[in-house]
Amino acid sequence: MNRFRAALFGLAASFVAFPLFAATKDGVTAFVLDNGMEVVVVEDNRAPVVQHMVWYKAGSADEPKGSSGVAHFLEHLLFKATDTLADGELSATVAANGGRDNAFTSYDYTAYFQRVAADRLELMMRMEADRMRNIRLTEQNIATERNVILEERNQRTDSNPAALFSEQMRATQYLNHRYAVPIIGWRHEMETLDMADAIGFYDTYYYPNNAILIVSGDVDPDEVKALAEKYYGVIPANPDLPERLRTEEPPQTAERRLIFRDARVAQPYVSRSYLAPERDSGDQEMAAALTLLADVLGGGTTSYLTEKLQFDTQKAVYSASFYRGISLDDATFNVVVVPTPGVSLQEVEDAMDATISQFLEDGVDEEQLERIKYQLRASETYARDNVDRIANRYGRALTSGLTVGDVQAWPDILQAVTADDIMAAARMVLNRDASVTGWLMRNEEVTQ
Amino acid sequence: MTRLFAAVMLALVSTLPARAEIEIQEVVSPGGITAWLVEEPSIPFMALELRFRGGASLDAPGKRGAINLMTGLLEEGAGDLDSRAFAREIESLAASFSYDASDDSVSVSARFLSENRPEAVALLRASIIEPSFEQVALDRVREQVLSGLRSDAKDPDEIARAAFDAMAYGDHPYATPYEGTIESVTALTRDDMLAAHRAVFAKDRLYVGAVGDITPEELGPLLDALLGALPEEGAPQPGPANITIEGGTTVIPFDTPQSVAIFGQPGIAQEDPDFFAARVLNQVLGAGGFESRLMTEVREKRGLTYGVYSFLVPNDHAATYQGQVASANDRIAEAVSVIRGEWARAAAEGVTQAELDAAKTYVTGAYPLRFDGNGPIARIMVGMQMLGLPIDYIATRNEKVEAVTLQDVRRVAGELLDPEGLHFVVVGQPVGLESTVAN
Repeated sequence: MNRFRAALFGLAASFVAFPLFAATKDGVTAFVLDNGMEVVVVEDNRAPVVQHMVWYKAGSADEPKGSSGVAHFLEHLLFKATDTLADGELSATVAANGGRDNAFTSYDYTAYFQRVAADRLELMMRMEADRMRNIRLTEQNIATERNVILEERNQRTDSNPAALFSEQMRATQYLNHRYAVPIIGWRHEMETLDMADAIGFYDTYYYPNNAILIVSGDVDPDEVKALAEKYYGVIPANPDLPERLRTEEPPQTAERRLIFRDARVAQPYVSRSYLAPERDSGDQEMAAALTLLADVLGGGTTSYLTEKLQFDTQKAVYSASFYRGISLDDATFNVVVVPTPGVSLQEVEDAMDATISQFLEDGVDEEQLERIKYQLRASETYARDNVDRIANRYGRALTSGLTVGDVQAWPDILQAVTADDIMAAARMVLNRDASVTGWLMRNEEVTQ
Repeated sequence: MTRLFAAVMLALVSTLPARAEIEIQEVVSPGGITAWLVEEPSIPFMALELRFRGGASLDAPGKRGAINLMTGLLEEGAGDLDSRAFAREIESLAASFSYDASDDSVSVSARFLSENRPEAVALLRASIIEPSFEQVALDRVREQVLSGLRSDAKDPDEIARAAFDAMAYGDHPYATPYEGTIESVTALTRDDMLAAHRAVFAKDRLYVGAVGDITPEELGPLLDALLGALPEEGAPQPGPANITIEGGTTVIPFDTPQSVAIFGQPGIAQEDPDFFAARVLNQVLGAGGFESRLMTEVREKRGLTYGVYSFLVPNDHAATYQGQVASANDRIAEAVSVIRGEWARAAAEGVTQAELDAAKTYVTGAYPLRFDGNGPIARIMVGMQMLGLPIDYIATRNEKVEAVTLQDVRRVAGELLDPEGLHFVVVGQPVGLESTVAN
C-alpha cells in the first residue's frame, strides 16, 4: 500500500460506522467492539476445539530506528508476569488445561495464540486481555530473555548460511524501507535492547484499537461477542495510536548484486528478488496476477522454470518462484535456482534469465492456467478442513491493510485473472534492471 | 453468558478433558483388505493414509538409501505416464499425493475430491503398483537426494543426528541415515529400485486409514481397486536393534557460533505397561512447552538457549529416550551440566504431585485437540493399528493416563532415567567440553 492511500484509508476507516455483524460468509463473522478492537469468528463445530488469537498491527517494520528486534523481544516478554499472573503462569495454565500456546512476530504484525478445548475460551480471553495492558517486567526478565533471543538468532540465523544470505538479500532489496531489517534484529542492536525499548513499544501499540481478535473452531459468534466485550471491550483505546506511515522504497534504477560466502555452504545457489506490489484493499488484481505468475513460472513440477531448467536442459536440480502478496508495503517476487553439480552459478543464472526471457515471449499455457485455477478452487474445499489456517489468513490480511471483504473477494479475483493479466504482471515485475541477484557459495569458490 | 461462564468454571474444577467424538468403523474389503474409516460427509473430499511397515529399514545390504530413493520416484511416472504427464494429471484432479520413507514405514498420504474420486484412485494406484522408475527420472531425483546429503554434511543438526545414531544403534539399519550416503546412493540402479519396491509394498504389512466423504460400502471396492494387486508378502523385518549407548560426551568440531547437542539413553517401548508413566514423566521433564523442567532451568532461568526438549523415541526395533538443545559455544557446557543435573534430580526424586497433576491434565486435554482434520485423523488411526491398539482405544486412552500415580512416576523415573548413561553428542566449538570416548 502506498503511503498516501494508507493515510486516506485510515482516515476513512475512522468515519465509517461498522455494522454490528459486518460480514457473515463461509462461517466467518466479523464485528468491531466499541473501543475499536476488530473481531473475526470462524466457526467449525466438528471438533470441540477452539483457537484464540490476538494479532497486533505492530511488527518489526514498526520499530524505532536503532532498536531492531524489539517487536519480537516484547513478544517473548509478554509471557512474563502481569498484575494477576506470575512469570510463565499463562503458558502453564494453558498447558494445565490441555492446550498449547505460542506467539509469532513478522514485519507487519505480532500475534499470540492458544489452542485449547472449546469450553476454556473464557479463561484464555481473560489472560490474553490481561497482558494487553498489564505486564510487569523486571530487569532480570530483560537480561535473561535478551540472552534467549540472542540464542534464537544464533539458532535460526547465524548457524544457517542460507538464513544469513537471505538477510543480506533483503537488506539489499530494500534501500529505504524498514523491511530491510531482519525481524529478529541485527545482533548489535539486539544486545542493547532494554526495558525502555520494550515498554516504549508496548505502550505505543498494545491497545485494543490496534488489535484484532480472531477466534476459530467450535464457538458461537454471539458468545464470543459477549466474552470479547467483557474482557477486551473494557480496555481503553489509545487515542494517540500512531499511523503506520513508513518510509517507502524509491524506484529501483540500478541492478544490485551480492555474493555471500560461507564455509558451511553445501549447496550453492542463485537467488533473485524483484520489488513487487502487494495486495491493496479494494485493489488486489495485480497481486492476483502475480500470485498466478509465481505458480505458472515456478510453482511445481509442471511449471515453466522446472520444465526448462530441470527437465530439458538439466542445469538445475531445483527451481522455484515465490510471491506472497499479503504485506502492508511493497512485497517481493523471488526466483531461486540450484545448479546441477558441475554447473557454475554464472551458468545457471544465465540459464534462468534466458528462460525468463523465453517465458516473456512464449506466454502462458492456457491448459496449465486452467489446472492451476481448478486447484485454487479445490484448495477452498480443502481449507474448510483446517479452520485455524483460515483464521491465520484473516490475521495476516487484517494486519496488512486488507479487510474481511478483501479476504473474501480474493478467491474470485484469482479466478478472474487471465493469461494476458499474468503476462502484463510478468513484464512489469521481471525487470532485471530493477532486481537483486545473490549468489550463495563456499569460501573457496572462484567467481568467473 | 452466565451459562457459558458456569460451564467454564465447572470445567476448571473438574479438569475433565473434552472428548473427541470420533466414530471409527472397521471396513474389510471384498478382497480382504482392512481399513479403519471415519465418515465425515460435510466436506466433499477424503483423506487416505496408507502405511507399509518396515520402511527404509528394509534396505538390502550395501543398498542404503534405495527405499528412500524409490519412494521419491513414485510420483515420477507410472503406467504410460512420464514424470511430467503424471504431475499434470494430479494437478488436473486437484488431488494431492505424498510419499514418505522413514525408519519404520513408507507412508502414502492422499487427499482427493469426491467429484473425481475414481480418476484419483486410478492415478494413485498406478503410482503404487506400477511405477515406471525411468532411468532419466532416477538420475534426476538421485541428484536431488545427493544435494540433500551434501547439505546434511554441513548442517550441525544433521551431523549430530548421524553421530548419535551411529553411536546408539550398533549394526542395525537405524545406525545409518535412511537417505543413504553419497557413495551408496550414487551406486543405486534401476534394478535396485525394483527390488526396493518389492521389499516394501505388500499386503502383509499394510495399514489403512480413511476419513471423509465416503461410506463403508464405497470404501471396500475402492481399497480393492487401489491395493488388490499388491503381492501378499514383502521383505522380512530387520529385527530388534542392540542399543549401544554409553554414558559420556562426543564432541565433533564444527565452525559455527552455536553448538548443538543431541543427547540420549535407552528408552521404553510403547507396548510397555509403564509407557504412560514414562510419557507423563517426560511431560514434566522436557516435553512441555515453556513449563517443562528443562525449559524452565535452561531457558527461563538462565537464558542459555532458545529451546531444549526431551522426547521418547519408541521405534519398532529400538526404544530410546532423547533430547536436544542449542547454545552459544561458550554457554553449551553450562546447558549440558544443567540438563544432566535435571536428569539426576528426576531420577532420584521423581516429580511432585502438582507437576503430575499438571502433566496429566495437559496430556489428557491435548489428546482430543489432535483430531483436527481428515488427514490428521487418518494418520492417527493408522498409527493405532500399527501399535495393535483396539478400535475403541480413543475412548479409553485418557483413563490410562489418569491411572498413573505419583508412585508409578517415581518408580519409572528411577528405573528409566540413567544420568550416568546419558550420552551427549555436541557439534560446534564448545568451550569446556571434550569427548570422553573416541569418535
